[in-house]
Amino acid sequence: MTTLIVRRLLSALPIMLIVSLITFAMIHLIPGDPAVAIAGLSATREQVENIRRDLGLDQPLMSQLWHWYANLLQGDLGRSLLLGQPVVKATMDRLPVTLALSAYALILTLAIGLTSGIVAALRQNTWIDQAAMVFAMIGISLPNFYLGLLMIILFAVELRWLPTGGYIPLMQDPIGWLATSTMPAFSLALLLAGLLARITRSTMLEVLRQDYIRTARAKGLPNRQVVMKHALANAMIPIVTVVGIIVSLLISGSVVTETLFSIPGIGQLLTQAVLNRDYPMVQGGLLITTGLLVLVNIGVDVCYALLDPRVRYDG
Amino acid sequence: MSLLEVRNLTTAFQTARGEITAMEDVSFDLNPGEILGIVGESGSGKSVTALTIMGLLPRPPARIASGSIRFGGQELTTLSEGRMQKLRGPGIAMVFQEPMTSLNPVFTIGDQIVETIRAHENLSNRALTARAIEMLEKVGIPSAATRMSDFPHQLSGGQRQRVMLAIALVCRPKLLIADEPTTALDVTIQAQILDLMMDLRDEFGMAIMIITHNMGVIAETADRVMVMYAGRVVEEAPVMRLFDHPMHPYTRGLLECVPAIGQDKERLVAIPGTLPEPANRPRGCRFAPRCAHAIADCSAGLPPLETLAPQHTAACFRAIELQSA
Repeated sequence: MTTLIVRRLLSALPIMLIVSLITFAMIHLIPGDPAVAIAGLSATREQVENIRRDLGLDQPLMSQLWHWYANLLQGDLGRSLLLGQPVVKATMDRLPVTLALSAYALILTLAIGLTSGIVAALRQNTWIDQAAMVFAMIGISLPNFYLGLLMIILFAVELRWLPTGGYIPLMQDPIGWLATSTMPAFSLALLLAGLLARITRSTMLEVLRQDYIRTARAKGLPNRQVVMKHALANAMIPIVTVVGIIVSLLISGSVVTETLFSIPGIGQLLTQAVLNRDYPMVQGGLLITTGLLVLVNIGVDVCYALLDPRVRYDG
Repeated sequence: MSLLEVRNLTTAFQTARGEITAMEDVSFDLNPGEILGIVGESGSGKSVTALTIMGLLPRPPARIASGSIRFGGQELTTLSEGRMQKLRGPGIAMVFQEPMTSLNPVFTIGDQIVETIRAHENLSNRALTARAIEMLEKVGIPSAATRMSDFPHQLSGGQRQRVMLAIALVCRPKLLIADEPTTALDVTIQAQILDLMMDLRDEFGMAIMIITHNMGVIAETADRVMVMYAGRVVEEAPVMRLFDHPMHPYTRGLLECVPAIGQDKERLVAIPGTLPEPANRPRGCRFAPRCAHAIADCSAGLPPLETLAPQHTAACFRAIELQSA
């Protein structure tokens, strides 16, 4: 198991190298002079020169690359032009917000998606199955910003149960956090729960047809144990793949939701950085987010090994 | 008293094109410790008979249309699923054809044996493990204690079938149903598994219902044989009697299909034609279209299963006539 984790971490290194190289190149991919592009049309010559010097764009390319990696290894990703803060600090301040929201949305997704998928499979072709799948289809079809807007109109404007937006940190006031996070989490979760429910249903139906399920019944195991132990343990293997994708979507998909509900997370930070041509911020945010997604994928691989002994022994 | 009494059992399946009967009017008895062989081609209703007795057919689409199954005096056709669960394991157990896929790939074999005992008996963890190891030793798994933590993919096909036997027998069933237990195995392993089953029968005193299409397996194991064709029983007799005096042309065909060593034949013998689809079975005797001895009368009605000699029944209009010819 440890060797597996070490091996996966090592295999992540080339990925991070390539990503960091692409991120470094990003600033040079801006058409024309990057410094002019960043400074904007109304900037004076002097401002443009300042930016060029700040970002080291006046140096030779190889020296820029050298500095990029030298700083990177020291955990320095530059300074945000907009916020004036180091990029790493700005990102790390916002990251817990996004992670907390993603975790909340993930719990909702798993609870809704797995339950309705399993129930639908066990009650195949009944009204329960059909109702669950219609619900899943609606979840998948509704864009989450639209769902978010509908929820704001209903729960915040009409019923006044929840605030329209804003954010209270979890550590500061858990109840307040729930109040501000519930709508965003649901608007993120419903789409993904729909996806998960459909995958769970089809996987469970497939697994329930397997010979070892018949064996489990032939041994006289109660139905509950046949389904929740024998079937689910096997169904979890493909489901984990989808959950990995769902976690990635939650982290990267928070951009729209955070903007809609004015939540100060990574999504909002990056949106503002892009709109204001805050390139160091965009570069840093991108690199950190990618690193996070690579970690999620390693987590998925580890889950495979935990769930499936055949993977575990093949290494 | 018989351990198992099956009377006029008919199992039907709901399909898109209406209801079809996979097996009909099947009756037989099985005594404690006896080995009954059920032979027939694929699709003859052998496995459906086994799964109906086990109560393992999904209902719907399957349905017991008529008949009764009495096991140890208890009627099974009307038994609740909860009571059936209690019976599977200590009452009736089953091993299947596919050892490669019949074990759950994500649990250790130890776990899969232990949970079987746990479902039926209240034992401490230590006692459970001891029982499981003991059973693995009985089915001939070497260094059983260490193999408990093996996963199915670490075992060979023959070993997996041994583990399946261990799971089936760990609760000391009164009846073991073995559905093509050796079909998927190498010939040398086949013999080992059959020998093992015979030894365990002697040790545990259980009855065995062995389902196969292989006459060799029948000859080696069974006390009595029941031949099925297109969902119906066509002949039943003690094993030696059946091999020496087959009365149904289908049984005779099956026996002729067995190639014998030293036999001076250029071609293998085969029964011409194929098993009729359940949806369009012929009127009258279902074997008539493939039978070399069929006459016009054979298509008139279903031949009844008649006792033609002591302990020997067959369902053929011309059985006596052909026997004396």
